[in-house]
Amino acid sequence: MSQPEGKVSGALEVKFVPDEAVLSHIADDADPVGNGSGVSGGEVYSFQTPKCSSKMAELASELAQTPGQSVAADHFKCPEKTAKTPQSSKRSGSNKVQQRSKKKEFLSTTPYRLRKRLAAPDSCLESESEYSASCSEEDDEEDQKEVSTVLSGQKTPAKATAAATSPPRNALAKKIKEEKMSSLVEEYFEAHSSSKVLTSNRTLQKLQTRRLNQKTLHDLLKKAPLAYAAEMKKLSQQHESLFSKWMLQLHLGFNIILYGLGSKRDLLEKFRTSVLQDSAHLVVNGYFPSITVRSILNSITEEVLDHIGSFRSPLGQLEFIHKRFKEDASLELYVLIHNLDSQMLRGERSQQILAQLSSLPGVYLIASIDHINAPLMWDQAKLRLYNWLWYETTTFNPYVEETSYENSLLGQQSGSLALSSLTHVLRSLTLNARGIFRLLARYQLENKDNTSYPGLSFQDFYQQCREAFLVNSDLTLRAQLTEFRDHKLIRTKRGADGVEYLFIPVDDSTLTDFLEKEDEDV
Amino acid sequence: MSTHSISKGCFVFKPPSKKRRVRQETASNSTERKNDSEDTELRFASCQSLWAQIKLETEKIQENLNKQLLDNLVSFLRRSHSEFQEKTTEWSCQMKSREIPTAALVLGVNVTDHDMTFKSLSEVLQDDITPYVALLEAKDCPGIKNLMQKLMGQLMNCCIDIDEDSFEDDSHVQVSQNKIRCSMTSLINWYKSVMKKTDSETTRKKRNSSSRHWQSPPVVVIFKDMESFTTKVLQDFIVISSHHIHELPLALIFGIATSPMIIHSLLPHSVSSLLCIELFQSLSCKEHLSTIIDKLLLTAWCPFKLGEKVLKVLINIFLYHDFSVQNFIKGFQLCIVEHFYSQPLSVLCCELVDAKKRVNTLSHNQCENIRRLPSFRRYVESQVSENQIALLTSDSFLKEVTQKLLEDLQLYHENYVSVLRCLHVFTSSLPKYPLGKQIRELHCACLENQVWETEEYESSLQLARMLNKSDLVTMLQQCVEIFVSSSGKEFDKTVEKLKEFLTQFQELEAEAFEEDVSVSSEKELQKKTDLYHLQKTLLELKESRRSKKLTKFEMLRFEVVDYIDSLVRNYLVPADHKTLYEVVYFNTASVLRGHLNAAPRTALHTALNNPYCYLKNQALKSDGGSISNKAPDICIAYKLHLECGRLINLVDWLECPF
Repeated sequence: MSQPEGKVSGALEVKFVPDEAVLSHIADDADPVGNGSGVSGGEVYSFQTPKCSSKMAELASELAQTPGQSVAADHFKCPEKTAKTPQSSKRSGSNKVQQRSKKKEFLSTTPYRLRKRLAAPDSCLESESEYSASCSEEDDEEDQKEVSTVLSGQKTPAKATAAATSPPRNALAKKIKEEKMSSLVEEYFEAHSSSKVLTSNRTLQKLQTRRLNQKTLHDLLKKAPLAYAAEMKKLSQQHESLFSKWMLQLHLGFNIILYGLGSKRDLLEKFRTSVLQDSAHLVVNGYFPSITVRSILNSITEEVLDHIGSFRSPLGQLEFIHKRFKEDASLELYVLIHNLDSQMLRGERSQQILAQLSSLPGVYLIASIDHINAPLMWDQAKLRLYNWLWYETTTFNPYVEETSYENSLLGQQSGSLALSSLTHVLRSLTLNARGIFRLLARYQLENKDNTSYPGLSFQDFYQQCREAFLVNSDLTLRAQLTEFRDHKLIRTKRGADGVEYLFIPVDDSTLTDFLEKEDEDV
Repeated sequence: MSTHSISKGCFVFKPPSKKRRVRQETASNSTERKNDSEDTELRFASCQSLWAQIKLETEKIQENLNKQLLDNLVSFLRRSHSEFQEKTTEWSCQMKSREIPTAALVLGVNVTDHDMTFKSLSEVLQDDITPYVALLEAKDCPGIKNLMQKLMGQLMNCCIDIDEDSFEDDSHVQVSQNKIRCSMTSLINWYKSVMKKTDSETTRKKRNSSSRHWQSPPVVVIFKDMESFTTKVLQDFIVISSHHIHELPLALIFGIATSPMIIHSLLPHSVSSLLCIELFQSLSCKEHLSTIIDKLLLTAWCPFKLGEKVLKVLINIFLYHDFSVQNFIKGFQLCIVEHFYSQPLSVLCCELVDAKKRVNTLSHNQCENIRRLPSFRRYVESQVSENQIALLTSDSFLKEVTQKLLEDLQLYHENYVSVLRCLHVFTSSLPKYPLGKQIRELHCACLENQVWETEEYESSLQLARMLNKSDLVTMLQQCVEIFVSSSGKEFDKTVEKLKEFLTQFQELEAEAFEEDVSVSSEKELQKKTDLYHLQKTLLELKESRRSKKLTKFEMLRFEVVDYIDSLVRNYLVPADHKTLYEVVYFNTASVLRGHLNAAPRTALHTALNNPYCYLKNQALKSDGGSISNKAPDICIAYKLHLECGRLINLVDWLECPF
């Protein structure tokens, strides 16, 4: 660290601090964290060592400096990526640089602090680093050029540090390395200590390219080749060889739980089709958004046990199932639950009921979990009821089925549906009615930053409509509003003062799109 | 039919024809599928029978352990309502009877084991005290209403069960419990009606012999997990029932996992003063485990043995995770299943008599399996060359030898247990317990490697050489008892030898007494000398003591210790030095740990961080913490997220990934 310091400060004509003094200072200042950083945190959690983070940062900065190359090297590209307009890609590249420049800030802070400690009367350098610090706090909308100048200014010390390690002054180099290590640690904590999160403020809404709809996205993803298919196949074959063992253990009163990275749905499906063909079994898609314990119990009582009639509580239902299984010892049921830890099933009560169900002698449960904290769902009592045997089945399969109920960020959201319905409904209305709606929409957009915006009160609305020559009496307006309400285009609610407020229950971006379209049409 | 739908989450599949098969059949079928020629069915059968036997044994052990506790509880309940029995009307008695007799049962944190205890408790109560026992759990009783409902349901059902023998027509008791309004008054009415009935019955039938219960048996309500009940519910229930205690002889039993203090922190004074609490402590789970290990593992009757690593894993899970004996037994069961499933030769893991028979019927394949065992190979190598050839070529000769070896193994186990206990007698009383306090630790040490080569053994022998006489004598007596009661036949000589030691000690005692007298007289003589002489003689004494040869006692002590040492070297050879130990020992600890004590976090993290572990592709091989850019997308994304999760803008990320 001392060498670049010397270089830069020499150029700027400041007092030259002898190397020894700097080194001794560094030796004094070597904090315990820095010393500890050399110890790796075990094989598994090796990411915590700052060493790798530096590697990653270097890699990232390399990529950032050569945006074109990064695009070329990118082999996971979705097909639509290539069709992107050059403008957008450039923009993203520049954005990258901006982001990286932020990263550089962390690099620059350490020398800054060191300098401060050395108390070198270096006003020029101070001002520069101050400037860079201020730059980090500014918004991304800052001028490109400015950033790049700062970048180049900072690059020199950064590069010099890298060069400093290479000269054959071994002892010094070693110490410098140590210092670098500790500075990286500091840097890490600094990066995480500031409450302000420094990401670019670009959002998907600002994206110029049109978003794809769900179906095309799906199709495109399907076409993308699966990496390491052969290895994955080998993995699943390994797991499949366990099927007979599972059967044995299920019959001996254990229940089986699968964990590990990758979708385990295919594996369980295979188990079902190859082994369970001749026996009654129940498949539960835990990831199904409206699955409930109730529906699981219902399908057992109604479809497996052929019982007609309802139950007052799940506990009663469970008791009934228990009784039936007790009466008929030959009755057996395999229950396969994909994602036992899903949002809907992870509640304490549902887990309790499922645990009790699984403890019945004729019920054999095989389930899979994916959440990293899934085992926290169970206390000792439930674990006892479940009587799990754990099997690690890492498959690396993509979670296609499991996430099929989620919306992708890349695809268009449900808002698209609202937009099309909006335009369709409005197209069938009179010109005046459209004007009324547009008026309301504009007003709502004007107030979109006001979080406590209650809506437009009816009186104000009437006034505005009158002024725009859209209605002649409040009766006509009311008739019009009823029409809107029937089509669920607007909603009304009463404020605290008893006044009726109107608003459109559509998100702002959709509304903007709608208005733009309307303007085009008109 | 596919199991994917956007409107349904549950899919039921039923076999087309309703074939009803016996469960066992499918289970054995599933094992058969894997390796047919290796006596799978027989293995499965012996596995099942062994497990059944072990289960029975453990239950018996538990029963015995709980016996004391249950007896105490029963006598408490008998006492508690004796006043009610006599129907005294005195004022003081009435005041006292406002209090509900309560037993606080401190059971320890191993909640999963409590079920067994409560089950046996309620059985004992129903046999001896009262037919009216209700078991309540916190999860069933979120409110006082549910509690009452549950309570009445249980009480009335059990009463119906009892009545069924005597009354053919019990229609008016069997009112649907949903229709009864669940309140204390209805409960009392029910109790009165039941009492009246039994009264009339007994008078009519002149006290039939089967009625072991009293005239008016108490109603016992057991709260299984008192800590998890809502305080409001408990308080309400106690207050309400205390008002009716003179009409309904109620007794409560609280199951407590933590400490008895919890009663007072859960209930305010006004409520807890309505209870007349007596404390009962159950056996600690550690003692329970020791008994189980003692009766299950350190016996010769159980042909199946746990290897050292496996035992350590099970004990560690017990000590560091749950303190649950049930889970320990579950682990044991899993070991049995795994052993019989994975080891084809486990077919010989049964009673010696059966094993010998089975050896005769072994197929050629199985003989080959025997020849492949590492321990057997070692054995073959130690034989003379003719024997070697015979062992490797002739099946019949192999079978003969195998029978002999199995016999040896059995003998080894019998001797092993006795000598181990004997050694434990010595080591368990040494200061600092170099070889462990519990016999299980000693057992592990002996299984691990030759125990006499370890430092701990050395130091414990050193310490044993310094024992005083009385301790030594009692230990020897204990050892004699152990050897006498053991089934091994080889120990006649050992017992004789030990008894000889004992008599020698007794002789020594007599001699020592005489010696003492002489020494004291000598000292008296010295008193007369002057200071200079005294100093001189003292120095001489010191010298002589240093060079003095050992006293008789010390000689004998050395002899005893050496003898014990020789016993240990003879009999406590680690099991894996024995031929054919693979047949009865299960030692794949990794499997067990994976199944019982899994680490899903680590698995996920390893998969994401180092995909090479799973996908054996050279391209994925990476050094240290970095990740190759050919790794699956999810791994790279995870890595990035870990390192600068806060700096990620999703748009940038999605647009220009990595």
